[in-house]
Amino acid sequence: MNPSLPEPAATAATGPVVRIAGVDKTFGTETGGVHALEAIDLTIGQGEFVSLIGPSGCGKSTLLRLIGDLTSPTAGSIEVNGKPARRARLDRDYGMVFQAPVLMEWRTIAKNIELPLEIMGFDRAERARRSSELLRLVELEGFEGRHPWQLSGGMQQRVAIARALAFDPKLLLMDEPFGALDEMTRERMNLELMRIWTRLRTTVVFVTHSIPEAVFLSTRVVVMSPRPGRIAKIVDIDLPQPRDVETREQERYFELVTEVREALRRREGGGRPADDEGEAGIADAERIRAEGLA
Amino acid sequence: MTALAIARERSASWLPPVVVFFGVLLLWEVLFLLLDVKAFLIPRPSVIGTALVDQWATLQRGLIYTGTEAVLGLLAGVSLGTLAGLATSRWATVRDTLVPLGTAMSTIPIIAFAPITINWFGFESQLPRITIVALMTFFPIMVNTIRGLAQVDPAALELMSSYAASDAQVLRKVRIPNAMPYWFTALRIAVTLSVIGAVVGEFFGGPLYSLGIYVTNQTGSFRYPNAWAAIVIACILGIGLYLIAVLIERLAMPWRRGEVTSGE
Repeated sequence: MNPSLPEPAATAATGPVVRIAGVDKTFGTETGGVHALEAIDLTIGQGEFVSLIGPSGCGKSTLLRLIGDLTSPTAGSIEVNGKPARRARLDRDYGMVFQAPVLMEWRTIAKNIELPLEIMGFDRAERARRSSELLRLVELEGFEGRHPWQLSGGMQQRVAIARALAFDPKLLLMDEPFGALDEMTRERMNLELMRIWTRLRTTVVFVTHSIPEAVFLSTRVVVMSPRPGRIAKIVDIDLPQPRDVETREQERYFELVTEVREALRRREGGGRPADDEGEAGIADAERIRAEGLA
Repeated sequence: MTALAIARERSASWLPPVVVFFGVLLLWEVLFLLLDVKAFLIPRPSVIGTALVDQWATLQRGLIYTGTEAVLGLLAGVSLGTLAGLATSRWATVRDTLVPLGTAMSTIPIIAFAPITINWFGFESQLPRITIVALMTFFPIMVNTIRGLAQVDPAALELMSSYAASDAQVLRKVRIPNAMPYWFTALRIAVTLSVIGAVVGEFFGGPLYSLGIYVTNQTGSFRYPNAWAAIVIACILGIGLYLIAVLIERLAMPWRRGEVTSGE
C-alpha cells in the first residue's frame, strides 16, 4: 500500500486507526544522535484503549507525539485512519491531552472547551451546545463561567479532556494526563475516564508510568524498554467491560498487574530477552494484593 | 464573600497608605516649623499649598501643556512600540537581534537629546518633548511586546498545532493574550517615563508656563514655594496617568481580577 495515496473512505472506516511500521526515531545532538525509538511496529484498531508504559527514556511520549505528528520519524511510516500522520493532523483526526491541562487562563471554562471549535470554524450556537454537553459529560456543570485558576488540578484536567473531545475526534492521544495528580484524585480520574470511554468508545492511546493505571484502563498494554526505545511485550488485558471500582479487586487484575510488572523488570536489567511465557511470581501477586487493599 | 466584606477588604488596602501620606505631611509641617527650616531648602506643605492656590491659573496651563506632551508622546511611543513588536516577533532571528538591542537602547539617556530635538523643531513647538517621550517609551514597550508574544507555554503551541491552527489563529488566540501582562507592565513603566521626559525636556526650552520652565524660572528668582507647587502638579500628572493605566489594565484583563482573593 502506498502511504502517499489517499485511502478509500470505506477502508479508512474499517481499517486500523493507527498503523506504525518500522519506525525509528533519532534525536540529533552535537555529540551524536540519541536513539529514542528502534524498529517499532504497532497496529491499533477501532475502539481500543492502548497504554504505552515503560521507564523514562523508553520513548513512550515520543511514540505518542509521532502518532500526533508533533514530531517526525527518522525512518518508517505512521498512518492514522489510513492516511499519513501529517494528513491526519491537518484533518483534525485526533484530540490531545497533555500532562499539564494547558488551559488558557484568560478564557472561561466553557471558552476553553470551545477553543478547538473556534479554530475549526464552528458557529456560536454549535459551540455553546457542544461545550454544555461536554461539561455535563465530565461532570462540571455550573463551572462554565469560572476561570481555570478557580478549579482544582483534577477538575482542570477534566476540562482538558472535554476540550480534546469537543470536536468528536476519532482518536484520543493522552500523554501522562494524570501524572501530576495525587494518587486519590488519579484513581477517581481513572474511573471517570472509563465511564466516558465506555460511553463514547473513542480509540485511545495513553502514555503512563503507572502499572495499575495502565491495567485498569486498557484493552492492551504496550510495555516498552529504553536505550533504544523498543516494544518489549504487549499484554492483552482481558478484564471484563465496563470497568469500575470492583475491577481493581479482581484476581485477574492482580495477575495482569504482575505480568506487566514482570515484563518491565525483565527489560530493565541490561536487555535480556523477554520470557513471554513467564509466570507471575506468587509472592509478588500477594504483595500487590496487600497494597491494593491497604 | 459578601459585598460588605469586599468593601471592607478594599478599604483595608488603600487606607494605610492614605493615613501614612497625611501623617508624613503633618510631621513635615510640624517638624519644619519647630526646626525653622528655610523655605529655599524645603518649604512646609502649608506654604506649598498656598503657592498652589495663588499660582493656580499658571499652573493649570502648565499642567495641560506638559500633560499634552506626555500623553501625545506616550501614544506615539506605545503604538509604534507595539506595532514594531507585533511586526518583528514572527521571525526568531529579528527577535533575537531586537530584544538585546532594544534593551540596550532603553538604557541610553534619551533625555540628553532634548537640546538637539529643539534644533529640529524649534522653541515654539511641543514636538521636541513629544519626540523625547515617544523615544523613551518606545523601547520598553517594544521589548516587552516581543517577549510576551514569544514566551508562550510550548505545550500551548503543540495544542494549537494538534488543531492544525494557522499562524494568525495562534497569534490571536494564544500569543496576544499571553503578551498582555507583559505589555501592561511596560505601559506602567512608560507612563512614569513620559512625565519625566516631558518635564525634563522642557528644562531646555518651552513657554514660561510649561511645568519644566516654570520650575527653573521660579527657582532662579528665589520663589521656591512656587517651584515646589509646580513639582506637586507634575507628581499629580504622573500619578493620574499611572492610575489610568492601571484602570485600563484591569478592564482589559478581567480574568486576573480577584486572583488574590479566591475565598471559596
